[in-house]
Amino acid sequence: MEGIQSPAGSTFWFIPGHTLFLLMHLLGTALFAYIVARRLSPLIRAQSDARFNRPLARLQKVLKFWLGQWKHPRYPSAGTIHILVFAGFILLATRAFTVLVSGVVDGFVFPGLSGELGRVYAIVTDYAGTVVFLCMLIAIVRRLLFKPARYAVPEKYGRAHTADATFLLALIALLMLVDSLYEASESAYRMLQGQPSGVTAVLSMTWLLKAWFLTFSLGILQQIHLASYFVHEVTFFFLLCYRPFGIQFHVETSLFSVYFAKLDRGTVKPVRWGVPDDHLDQVKSFGVKKFEDFTWKHILDFYSCAECGRCSDNCPANAAGRPLSPRFLTTKARDYSFGHYPVFGPKNEGTPLVGSIFSEDQIWSCTTCGACEEECPLLVEYIDKIVDLRRGLVDDGNVPQSLQKPLKSLESRGNPYGKMEKKRADWTKGKEFQTACPVKVLDGTNDADALYFVDSVTSYDERMQSIAQSTARVLRASGMDFGILGAAEKDSGHDVRRFGEEMLFASLRDHNVDAIKASGVRNIVTSDPHAYNALKNDYRNVPRVEHTSQVIARSVRSGAIKLDGGENGKSVYTYHDPCYLGRHNQIYDDPREILDAIPKLKRVEMKHSRDRSFCCGGGGLMLFYEPQEDERIGVKRVRMAAEAGANVIVTSCPFCLTNIEDAIKVGGFEGKITVVDLVELVDQHLVREKPVAERDQVAASV
Amino acid sequence: MEILVCVKRVPDTSENEIAINSAGNDIERDDLVYSINEWDNYAVEEALQIAAKSGGNVTVVTVGTDEDEEVLRREMAMGATHGVLISDEMFTGSDAKGIATILKGFVKKGNYDLILTGVQAEDGGAQVGGMLAAMLDYPFASLVNSIELLDGRKLKVSREIEGGNKEVSEIDLPCVLSIQTGINEPRYVGMRGIRQVASVPIPTPTAKELGIDPATVGANGSKVKRIGYFVPTVGEAAEMLSGSREENVDKVIELVAAKGGLK
Repeated sequence: MEGIQSPAGSTFWFIPGHTLFLLMHLLGTALFAYIVARRLSPLIRAQSDARFNRPLARLQKVLKFWLGQWKHPRYPSAGTIHILVFAGFILLATRAFTVLVSGVVDGFVFPGLSGELGRVYAIVTDYAGTVVFLCMLIAIVRRLLFKPARYAVPEKYGRAHTADATFLLALIALLMLVDSLYEASESAYRMLQGQPSGVTAVLSMTWLLKAWFLTFSLGILQQIHLASYFVHEVTFFFLLCYRPFGIQFHVETSLFSVYFAKLDRGTVKPVRWGVPDDHLDQVKSFGVKKFEDFTWKHILDFYSCAECGRCSDNCPANAAGRPLSPRFLTTKARDYSFGHYPVFGPKNEGTPLVGSIFSEDQIWSCTTCGACEEECPLLVEYIDKIVDLRRGLVDDGNVPQSLQKPLKSLESRGNPYGKMEKKRADWTKGKEFQTACPVKVLDGTNDADALYFVDSVTSYDERMQSIAQSTARVLRASGMDFGILGAAEKDSGHDVRRFGEEMLFASLRDHNVDAIKASGVRNIVTSDPHAYNALKNDYRNVPRVEHTSQVIARSVRSGAIKLDGGENGKSVYTYHDPCYLGRHNQIYDDPREILDAIPKLKRVEMKHSRDRSFCCGGGGLMLFYEPQEDERIGVKRVRMAAEAGANVIVTSCPFCLTNIEDAIKVGGFEGKITVVDLVELVDQHLVREKPVAERDQVAASV
Repeated sequence: MEILVCVKRVPDTSENEIAINSAGNDIERDDLVYSINEWDNYAVEEALQIAAKSGGNVTVVTVGTDEDEEVLRREMAMGATHGVLISDEMFTGSDAKGIATILKGFVKKGNYDLILTGVQAEDGGAQVGGMLAAMLDYPFASLVNSIELLDGRKLKVSREIEGGNKEVSEIDLPCVLSIQTGINEPRYVGMRGIRQVASVPIPTPTAKELGIDPATVGANGSKVKRIGYFVPTVGEAAEMLSGSREENVDKVIELVAAKGGLK
């Protein structure tokens, strides 16, 4: 009795199977290679990017975020589906290879899979295929019936991609189905003939089909076997060559995107990789003006975006109705790339981006809070791209009028308000404060262990000066020997840099680095997370920097600072994580530990907290920007606190305090919610064991 | 079109706390920061926009000393082709007519189709533009808040008149226009831009080179002499409204309407 004819050994339209499939393989692979080469062409013309270093750290990223799918469970339903499909694809890779080769080489078995391991693998792949198939059906139903809001495409950003997404999902389902048909028909055929039929996993799709096929005639099964192989072949190569045209290109690019992902949090890319600061004057054009000004990694990011919408779902600018949606920033750039570097036909490079696919308001709308990057499963970068686009605008002089004045003042006076340098330390000079808590100015006549870097807003803003005074009192209580730079301090430049004014940032930084070095301090402490991030991640060669919350938490732990009760029990506190303390620098626990150290303090968490914290509206120069928006970001944030049942918002950033205070006023929360800085709260609860003067006498006598 | 913009370096009122010195004849100049006079910055932006349409060069000129070079560099960083610093010791103490005389001498040496000034300087009296036009016998329009190029060496300009209304005129070239703020949105100039023009030479013609009669400029040529400054005494405090929010809103509307602010 003759066995089932394999695709390789059969004839299709008078062409021997192995020849036909060899040709299709070659053709499909060649076409795919050509398409990928065309897709890579803008990457080759793009700017350089230093991503070939630190392989171990990069492999770790791959293990965690690519293989480990680390971010996916943050969206439980879509995440679970994705993890299952991803695992299925990984498991099925060898199976797919075997099936493809067996179309050319009859009876091909993957090396090592002929024995027991092969039987186990067969069972695994049966289940994997079934799970992927079911996931595709669920995903299609989700897309068509449940329509999660984050997949929607607002009219201003183009048309919905539901049809394309569903088509691709259906093709994968088809691939899984025909693979099962191919295997089940062969297995049923052999069983009907009384031959060994191999293992099929119980209740898998293949198992069910096989059970059904046992009622079929041998002739029909033979036809199903060959037809399913042919459909598998066509679908496989169609998918392979179609993916680089849309959202599923991430199947190929994600591994590279994750491997080459940014490693250092809180940093901003240099103007041009490989160009040192003192050579910047020779760079002809700053930032991104045309598509080719992006780095190759950033273009790769555009390809990798799977349009899951998680970035925009967490973007405060998008939520407030500002004209920015990170998702569509990426997809517009990708569409631009596909349109200007087409697979077939001539390329059309060098057209300006802002004014065509991006708008100025869109580029200025970003608060650089990092929520999008925190959420992206593929580690797509946004802040560096926004900063680069801003650098391009600044270089061409396209800076909103409302930002020009503060930038000019930062240049001439070292602060965005245009206030006199000599008034920078005025917050220390109130008579009462000065008597109780004298603050040293490290101007060469004094020295200290630590520098309190105050930064502009806390130095000059009347309300924020209270943070400076509280900080001074608390640091003093903790026994720290500290001083300030006074008039010699200039703005940290943190947000000057993030608003694209690199040269101004560099001059502020150089000034501050010199002043800090001259002060001879061994540590720096700051109450401003923006200054903290600048000193820690933007500056080089300065002493170790800590945020006040770190210093206070340590002092509370060691007992150097004691906090009393004094809580009336009516206040319910919630902690708002400032972006540049939390997400960008991972300081989530210290502030909470301090709050919990205050006896009887009731604390609740907002839904959006820790690494999902929702920005207050943005600090630094963002305070001067007048965005187009439906509602203030800060008002949304205050509402979240109200929903959590809190009536006191605690934050640890002067900009958060400013924005939230304003939001309480304009959002109608006055009398219902208040906001306080963590250091102010600690100052209120400080157990002052001995009057300061008395303690100084003790210290002097020792 | 060859465009000349006359600019001035002034103490920046938003970044200084202006106080009068003990002698009462000048402001306290320690710790002052200077910048380009705001109106002049709009004039340069307007010149650049016109030159971008019509072709030609934009030259910025100021009368002063080495210290004034910084504002020329800033405007050159904006895109002005040339910067000129007219500088001579004998110019010290010139009044507005003296400055106009100096500028006239410079204009006569060149070939400018259009001369722009700011409406006024933050520390000045809105005199130089009109005087310069008269000395050159050029047509003049002040408070210009839009400029349109017409065929045949003519411009259509609109001027701001009382109540926010506009008066539209045709004016022949060459002419002098004094530019009002708000005519455009001046582009931003960063440190990088200034550094890029740092080594562009800036000619510094003297009175002799421009053929200016020494008797007409400087302290001796001045017919107006500044004799002092004073700070106005603080008058009655602001009127504080003490009603409910609604009452206060009604009262504010009433007060504003009474002064003609609402129609």
